[in-house]
Amino acid sequence: MTSDLFRFAAPQAFFPIAGKLIPWFSILAGLLAIAGLYVAFFVAPTDATQGESYRIIFIHVPAAWMSMFIYVVMAGWAGLGLALNTRLSGMMSSALAPTGAMFTFLALWTGALWGKPTWGTYWVWDARLTSELVLLFLYLGFIALKQAIPDPVRADRAGAILALVGVVNVPIIYFSVQWWNTLHQGASVSLTRAPAMAATMLLGMLLMALAAWMYSIATALARVRTIILERERDAEWVRLQRAAA
Amino acid sequence: MMQAFAFIVRRELRLALRRKGDVLNVLVFFVVVASLFPLGVGPEPNQLRAMAAGVAWIAALLAALLSLPRLFAADYADGTLEQMLVSPQPLAVIVLAKTAAHWLLTGLPLALAAPLIGLQYDLPANALCVLLASLLIGTPVLSLLGAAGAALTLGVRGGGALLGLLVLPLFVPVLVFGAGAVTAALTGINPAAHLSLLGAFLAVSSLVGPWAACAALRVALD
Repeated sequence: MTSDLFRFAAPQAFFPIAGKLIPWFSILAGLLAIAGLYVAFFVAPTDATQGESYRIIFIHVPAAWMSMFIYVVMAGWAGLGLALNTRLSGMMSSALAPTGAMFTFLALWTGALWGKPTWGTYWVWDARLTSELVLLFLYLGFIALKQAIPDPVRADRAGAILALVGVVNVPIIYFSVQWWNTLHQGASVSLTRAPAMAATMLLGMLLMALAAWMYSIATALARVRTIILERERDAEWVRLQRAAA
Repeated sequence: MMQAFAFIVRRELRLALRRKGDVLNVLVFFVVVASLFPLGVGPEPNQLRAMAAGVAWIAALLAALLSLPRLFAADYADGTLEQMLVSPQPLAVIVLAKTAAHWLLTGLPLALAAPLIGLQYDLPANALCVLLASLLIGTPVLSLLGAAGAALTLGVRGGGALLGLLVLPLFVPVLVFGAGAVTAALTGINPAAHLSLLGAFLAVSSLVGPWAACAALRVALD
């Protein structure tokens, strides 16, 4: 069993299986997003205090969730690659980073659009917003470092070290910003929401979160396939594949 | 091992003192940046007092960033770094010694010059002492985490701007606690909690920084 699993650590073995999985995850992402958006727009009730504008959380919360989760997964792959010297791990962390950065940006953007009607301002220096912004900088640093190093093996290792240092720092940054925030801004806006959420709201959010999850897997697999092709372009099996296509 | 540490620190200091300009430039840069802020925001004393700590700390971050590429670059260019890597001494000791020398040459002078900036911003005496203390505890973190960043960007094109993108987000906790300590002292709160947290962060980065720098150097010279 384990040897079967480890077989897919070779890019050559992973390439076709990733290709077969992409349509499934894409279809799942599409169906879940349609169901989630239907619940979000037609089933979930209008919020008592925020009106219709609250509906942006159906995008915002899954995006914020994925932004943090993907960073941890990316650092996990990076650490695995550093420890076991597997080629695919570094490729996976490269493939995940743009999706993670996109979700971080999306979370900040939708948060700003939600903040304007609700808080009356696009941006506040709230602990969550600030640490999400720092997370975006960490993603951009990771991507920039990988792009600046031409040798892929060296780029993977350097990126892995940075991702691991970053993942140690993320909780420290979060708590430092939270404390800074309580020091500087007495009582301005609070993120605490209305006491309980209607069950349909929660359902819509969960469906959208699952859709975001499936979408992330599909895009990461698609991206890792192009990375594999690019790096292994001189390998025998890639040439055979090209001849067959 | 201690001998190797002391030897490398002495070597770095001697090399730096042969070219005093490099050391002084960083210090002058720090003072110039901090002196420009009042020209931009106006000379209102209350406003200046409120932003003094943040300005001093951000100027210190930028000054440290400016000096970091030199940490390994010269030794990398002439092959000394490779010899350090194959030497029987543990690489961590060598990296730690280089980091310590970097702090002695940039962090320490900055910290000692900071009260002068505090005076320009009309800080009271107790806040000046806290500013000095926060910089003394905090600037070693800049050298430790910065060493990892400098090692990661060694020999990489566009290294300077990239280094800023890599390490500045990691400096956020230092900035928050360092400037926070001074703000606390100004508002009459005991700054000990901030300084303790700064010390805790120093302890964490003295573990993480050299490890990451060693790993990155091995990657760079692979």
